[in-house]
Amino acid sequence: MRRVATAALCLLLAGCAGVQSSMDVAGRQAGDIKGVWTLMLWVCGVMYLLVLAFLGWTLWRARRPLADAPPLADSALSPADRPMQTALGGWMVLIVVGLLVLTFGSFLVDRRLAEAGARADLNIRVTANQWWWQVEYQHPDPSQGFLTANEIHLPVGKTAKIELVATDVIHSFWVPNLGGKQDLIPGRVNDITLTPTRTGRFRGQCAEFCGLQHSNMALDVIVDSPAAYEAWRARQLASAPPPVTPGQARGLAVVQTAACANCHQIQGTEAMGKTGPDLTHVAGRRSIAAGALPYSRGALAAWIADPQGIKPGAHMPIVQLSPADLNGVLDYLDSLK
Amino acid sequence: MSSRFPNAEGAALALVAALALALGLGGCNREARQVRGSPLPDGGLAGVSPTALHVGGPRPFVKDPRAAQYEENAYHIGEGKRLYEWFNCYGCHAAGGGDIGPPLMDDTWRYGGEIEQIRASILEGRPNGMPSFAGRIPDTQVWEIAAYVRSMSGHVAKDAAPSRGDQLGNPPAATQVDRKPMGALTPPEPAP
Repeated sequence: MRRVATAALCLLLAGCAGVQSSMDVAGRQAGDIKGVWTLMLWVCGVMYLLVLAFLGWTLWRARRPLADAPPLADSALSPADRPMQTALGGWMVLIVVGLLVLTFGSFLVDRRLAEAGARADLNIRVTANQWWWQVEYQHPDPSQGFLTANEIHLPVGKTAKIELVATDVIHSFWVPNLGGKQDLIPGRVNDITLTPTRTGRFRGQCAEFCGLQHSNMALDVIVDSPAAYEAWRARQLASAPPPVTPGQARGLAVVQTAACANCHQIQGTEAMGKTGPDLTHVAGRRSIAAGALPYSRGALAAWIADPQGIKPGAHMPIVQLSPADLNGVLDYLDSLK
Repeated sequence: MSSRFPNAEGAALALVAALALALGLGGCNREARQVRGSPLPDGGLAGVSPTALHVGGPRPFVKDPRAAQYEENAYHIGEGKRLYEWFNCYGCHAAGGGDIGPPLMDDTWRYGGEIEQIRASILEGRPNGMPSFAGRIPDTQVWEIAAYVRSMSGHVAKDAAPSRGDQLGNPPAATQVDRKPMGALTPPEPAP
């Protein structure tokens, strides 16, 4: 019995850690939110225990008749009512104080969260689509901005202001380790600010039901040291490397002339579609299809050959490619690190 | 029966309620969504002619067996509406009213208004500016776009027609368009 209880407790506590947990704080905003959460836990916990204690006491205490008391006149208080009145008065004071503490605490945190975006070190625009995330790193100089998908890299200790827009339906952006939750609403620009405090890989997930593949709409957030972030940024800014092997050359030709280029973009080639994820450095990402599969050449082959088997309803269609063409496309895409 | 429902009115009411429930449940499985499409090339356009003018009178028109899957299916028509925008049909045909390309929401079809003929026009291109999309748009999606274009002139049942789009200055929703009987393979009216 004890072993079962220990195991259950371990499992329960293990839920508090990990790449997608608001308890395992890795950002300033998530820390603030966890502060409110902890305050709420303590205030509500103490009140709950008090209620249970009084309930227990009333059950434990035997009923006693009031011996020798004269019958009560109308509207007169029984001697037993006095302590009850005092207790209820105290209870009301406790509730008012508890609510005030909670309101004030949440006001302070809300204010901090709202002010955080004023001192942003970098600006990112995240566009939610059914069912993937477009990530645009913005820069005053347009040649220093770039597009990627389903993966956000952030330098540790820097504040990123993330603009949130949606193209089709309402989605919600949530990276629990780093910050709160914010909806992406078509026709409206929302924003959220993230200041990561330690390096690591974290997972975000669409938090508003958005259709068939809502559950397969995840994104990776990778918090790097400033040097690693700058190196990543420099790689992303570069155009796609030109094909080297004959297979890669065939792949590029297929990507540009078949259906791929109608939706996808590869910087430095003639593939300039805007409606699908940017593939300029697709092989450098952790996952494909918004977290549906971890990246590998084989997974990419499975995805291209049968996207509807992996993510039914997704907007990626089956493109009829000959095996040789598919191999070429894989050779080429796998070279886009 | 009589013990639970003291009069015939109650029994009739229960019967109506049961029928309504059965009808309602029947609505749950209105149509099948086939999202996958064929992994193999779908074959050509054999037998699809853009015109009814043939030597020796009109040829018999043979329906493509795949057409039924797309032309009255709300999911595919809705997807076609999205793709119509994604592949920039708007660029020439606007939201269906026509711009530098001919309007698609009237009932005049220069190259035929059957879904197979619309698909052929998208794949082959047509004179005076309509480009060929063969090889550029996967076959399933061409079927879907053709189904949407066909739905624009109001030939699709209301339960399958797409509702109003997101654009400004949008034409009325297809569910609001009067349905007209489609004259199959009507040749265009001669210019005055």
